Amino acid sequence: MSKGLRIRRGARINLKGKAEKIINESVGSRTYALQPDDFFALTPKMHLKEGAKVQAGTPVFFSKNNPRIQFVSPVAGTLKAIVRGPKRKILEVVIEAQGDEAVSHTVAQPEKMDREAIVEVLLQSGSWPFLRQRPYNVIADPEVHPKAIYISAFATAPLDADFEFLLKDQLASFQKGIDVLHQLAETIYLATDQNYQSALAAIKHTTHIPVSGPHPAGNESVIIHHTDPLAMHEKVWTIRPEDVVNIGLLFETGQYSAQRTVAVAGSAVGKPHYIKTKIGAQLSTLCEIAEVDTQLNLRYINGDVLTGRRTQQQGHLGFYNNLLSIILEGNQYRMFGWMPFKDNGIPSLSKTSFAWLSNKAKAIDTNLNGEERALVVTGEMEKVFPMDIYPMQLLKACMIGDIEKMEWLGIYEVIPEDFGLIDFANTSKIEAQEIIKDAMYLMLKEVG
Amino acid sequence: MSFIRKKLDQIRKPFEKGQKWERFAPAINAFDTFLFVPNHTTSKGAHVRDAVDLKRTMITVVLALMPALVYGIYNTGYQHFIQLGQSFTFMDAFLHGAFKVVPMIVVSYVVGLSIEFAFAVYRGHEVNEGYLVTGLLIPMIMPVDIPLWMVAISVAFAVLIAKEAFGGTGMNILNPALTARAFAFFAYPTYMSGNKVWVSEASTLDGVSGETILGSLAAGQDVSYSTLQMFQGGIPGSIAETSALWILVGALILIVTGVGSWRIMAGGVLGAALMGFLFNLWGANALMQFDWFNHLVVGGFAFGIVFMATDPVSAAQTQKGKWIYGLLVGVFCILIRVFNPAYPEGVMLAILLMNVFAPTIDHYVVEANINRRKKRWAKTNLKTA
Repeated sequence: MSKGLRIRRGARINLKGKAEKIINESVGSRTYALQPDDFFALTPKMHLKEGAKVQAGTPVFFSKNNPRIQFVSPVAGTLKAIVRGPKRKILEVVIEAQGDEAVSHTVAQPEKMDREAIVEVLLQSGSWPFLRQRPYNVIADPEVHPKAIYISAFATAPLDADFEFLLKDQLASFQKGIDVLHQLAETIYLATDQNYQSALAAIKHTTHIPVSGPHPAGNESVIIHHTDPLAMHEKVWTIRPEDVVNIGLLFETGQYSAQRTVAVAGSAVGKPHYIKTKIGAQLSTLCEIAEVDTQLNLRYINGDVLTGRRTQQQGHLGFYNNLLSIILEGNQYRMFGWMPFKDNGIPSLSKTSFAWLSNKAKAIDTNLNGEERALVVTGEMEKVFPMDIYPMQLLKACMIGDIEKMEWLGIYEVIPEDFGLIDFANTSKIEAQEIIKDAMYLMLKEVG
Repeated sequence: MSFIRKKLDQIRKPFEKGQKWERFAPAINAFDTFLFVPNHTTSKGAHVRDAVDLKRTMITVVLALMPALVYGIYNTGYQHFIQLGQSFTFMDAFLHGAFKVVPMIVVSYVVGLSIEFAFAVYRGHEVNEGYLVTGLLIPMIMPVDIPLWMVAISVAFAVLIAKEAFGGTGMNILNPALTARAFAFFAYPTYMSGNKVWVSEASTLDGVSGETILGSLAAGQDVSYSTLQMFQGGIPGSIAETSALWILVGALILIVTGVGSWRIMAGGVLGAALMGFLFNLWGANALMQFDWFNHLVVGGFAFGIVFMATDPVSAAQTQKGKWIYGLLVGVFCILIRVFNPAYPEGVMLAILLMNVFAPTIDHYVVEANINRRKKRWAKTNLKTA
């Protein structure tokens, strides 16, 4: 696909505090944590008890539905705590780092290994959860032969990490990772930013798709939809670019790699830049390095401001995210804030504010800027949803749980994060991502 | 500002959860959120939200209505003094109009909002902002001399039957403001048509020719106004419908802010122009001979297509559907005008009719999308089978 993919509908929300292109190499933290909530619809089962000694790569828990899928410790040390929530749900498995022993696996040149052997290494090393499967964005099923694997190195969400920059010194490992994935699926699509002379264009065994356009142009769903849309019963896999490197490193060293380069960004960050650490690192360490004023009332988000998961300063980095967004909480009143053309400093896609006139980076807080209402305004969702799917009709089908209608209207082609901008833009303050997430649980239960 | 905030927090106390007047919280919230955008932060979904909310959207529509309303108030006085043959100043005309129109607006808001508040408390949801627009629209599309109690009953009918019976703002099928007018039109026909109702206090005088242009045409009389006069709006008619010029200003506000659908407006103008042009070619009677461009500026067409047909709840909701919906509103408006002399104003019935058919239009637009998907699935299943 040489002519590339041009997305027109969507929005660029220019926020203050974009990460500067500096990488702070190998930052360690005192504790690391695995959070089962990072994986959609996962029921974890513990291997270990509190106090157990672990090496980097020791399995900590596994998936109840598919015991072959292991989740391993990113570092060596002691399992310090299993934090549970209501109904004894596991929220966090905290590991105190100590020493540097690591579990070793026997690996060979990926070209010389057959598919089964590669799957086995990925499963045993704990690298398997890097692969996720559409529909539903669950961890890939090792029994499935996917139609294709999609990788998007074009992150378009507000403040998101620049993968061209992030991967520039690790292209060899990236290629290695692709070689491994090539044994799992015939076709690998690699999407990159069209406005950039991408070094990734030279990566072998991939179909290169240059993409341009506003967010959510870089979302895998959008790229899948416009290259080879998913039909009922079809499956594709996705993987994040840095995890391709992690798989490459596994096949170079024989050890599980949990490398995570994270952009610490947002208006509340004093020195927004990239920090290279490991999956599950403690946020307080990262905040200190990035000079976050933790005295302020802040919102810590694992991921981008539209789709990320809320956490706290004592929390830990998520499994998949290359972005840590930190912004101010917005629990203040605004007098007559409903008047059109008032408070133009708040980013707005609506023309009832002058915000669209200036493209200057703006600060944003977590104020709801209004109250939830019934759906009244039409057409605004379509403007930020660049797929041949009717978002409002799909949402309504999801609200009433009409499975047949959801299928017809395209539930298989979307995941909650595609509705991030709809959450942001819609006048009625409807939480579209929640509606889609609930609908996907329903689909998993009823259809599977 | 913080003083007012503190005072408000104090007043709110007994309405908080678990307190004595908890049930009435929606009522006090409506006043509170009118003064302050609340301090609520996001808990689920996206962590950041657009500055726009339903209040802002509705207030934008109210702003867009202002030019037509102010001119309508002036025109009420202007028609009164012109038909009576008295001399007057701009201020005289404006004050006369304001004296007539403002009480209607007050009645409409008091009756409508009382019902809205009662339902919000009864159902335990927040008061919706939709009535801010509806409540202003209703007096603007009434004849000026209609008694206030009729306004009150029409409003009550519209809010209860057209809106709350369906579940409130966002759930209604018919446009509430037009339902109010349709109710008055069929319940009190003598106050809603004829040649005495369109000019303020005309019924007390003989020899007043206060017929609307469409009314005259339907009766087979000649029209003595030029196109420019009709466009500018110094003609008899419902309070705010007469001036295409000031309605156009409102339309611009709606289109630029993106609050009103330009697709519906463009579709409507196209449909009406096309239909008017076809009738011009036919030319069997006075109404058919009435130039197509004049059709666009007389009667309620301009007001209806800009402010009523674009109501997002009762209109078609898909982008393609909006074109079809608008086009058909225009076509039916002129059809009704020309073929049914009992209803010289066709736009009200055309919009209500299309309100009913809007879900059907959307159904077929969405069905096309579903069929595309089904076809694709069939193809891939063939490949893999």
